[in-house]
Amino acid sequence: MAEKITTNDIVKEENLVFRKTPLFIDKPLSYCPGCGHGVAHRLVLETIEEMGIQSETIGVAPVGCSVLAYEFMDIDMQQAAHGRAPALATAIKRLHPEKFVFTYQGDGDLAAIGTAETIHACNRGENITIIFINNGIYGMTGGQMAPTTLPGMKSSTSPYGRDIKTMGNPLKITELVAQLPGTYYVTRQAVHTPGAVRKAKKAIRMAFENQKLNKGVSFVEIVSNCNSGWKMEPVQANEWMVENMFPFFPLGDIKVPAEQK
Amino acid sequence: MAKVKGSIVVNIERCKGCGVCVPSCPQSVIALHEDVNAKGYHYAYMANPEECTGCANCAMVCPDAVITVYRMKVNE
Repeated sequence: MAEKITTNDIVKEENLVFRKTPLFIDKPLSYCPGCGHGVAHRLVLETIEEMGIQSETIGVAPVGCSVLAYEFMDIDMQQAAHGRAPALATAIKRLHPEKFVFTYQGDGDLAAIGTAETIHACNRGENITIIFINNGIYGMTGGQMAPTTLPGMKSSTSPYGRDIKTMGNPLKITELVAQLPGTYYVTRQAVHTPGAVRKAKKAIRMAFENQKLNKGVSFVEIVSNCNSGWKMEPVQANEWMVENMFPFFPLGDIKVPAEQK
Repeated sequence: MAKVKGSIVVNIERCKGCGVCVPSCPQSVIALHEDVNAKGYHYAYMANPEECTGCANCAMVCPDAVITVYRMKVNE
């Protein structure tokens, strides 16, 4: 039997299998412990790193928890007014068609105040990538009800649960934009388990690769947790998400281009 | 027989102690330490380092990317 292998023998440069991508600016993320935003940021940055397009990418940050995305991503970024990220991304892409342009938006940004911009950018078929983080709540402002809040789900402005008689139905905007002719690739992913993270990364990679084809919007929804807004522990929030969010927002590809099936 | 041995290095001061990595570990290697870091979070550590295979599942789900993973083949 060989000598006992210690941690120091294993922790060597040649054995490295995973490290934080250097495209992250070295500062602590401002998100709550357990928030899916961190993983989503990482997947976007890893995709950019693997494609070697750090200097050709322009991101558009939203308003919401991820308003400070430009503080963490070592790429060119712009900050859009609330909900207007697809409109700003349209302008950037039209002025710099050779650049990779993506927006990173939450559900309060994309599906509430930015519904018009989102739908029209998707309908026009702008050649951009939209990363949409859906946690069913307005996380940054204190957990208010969002258009994506589930029926019966408690939030700070629906303390007895969302009553669809008075508060209306939740909006499945991803299914909605999939109906539009301008979208090329529409998918819904999650980042709560290692398998889901790997799938989500593939989807984000495809969404960025599609910009080379100039065929329209690539739209990636990531169903995420908001443990602070949902008033749960991070692990418990992920379980709640699997039980309650996934039946309403089922994971999987919604629109896949025929040639990539 | 060749065996895979792994190890993780946690950036303790950046760990927020959310614990999402704990159920993701198929070998039950990772746990939250009873001590806290400067911010008061119970950081993740290898409670059972012998069993780590370096699968990187913990690093995949870590929202703050504080886990670095190493893996090597060992001939026994």
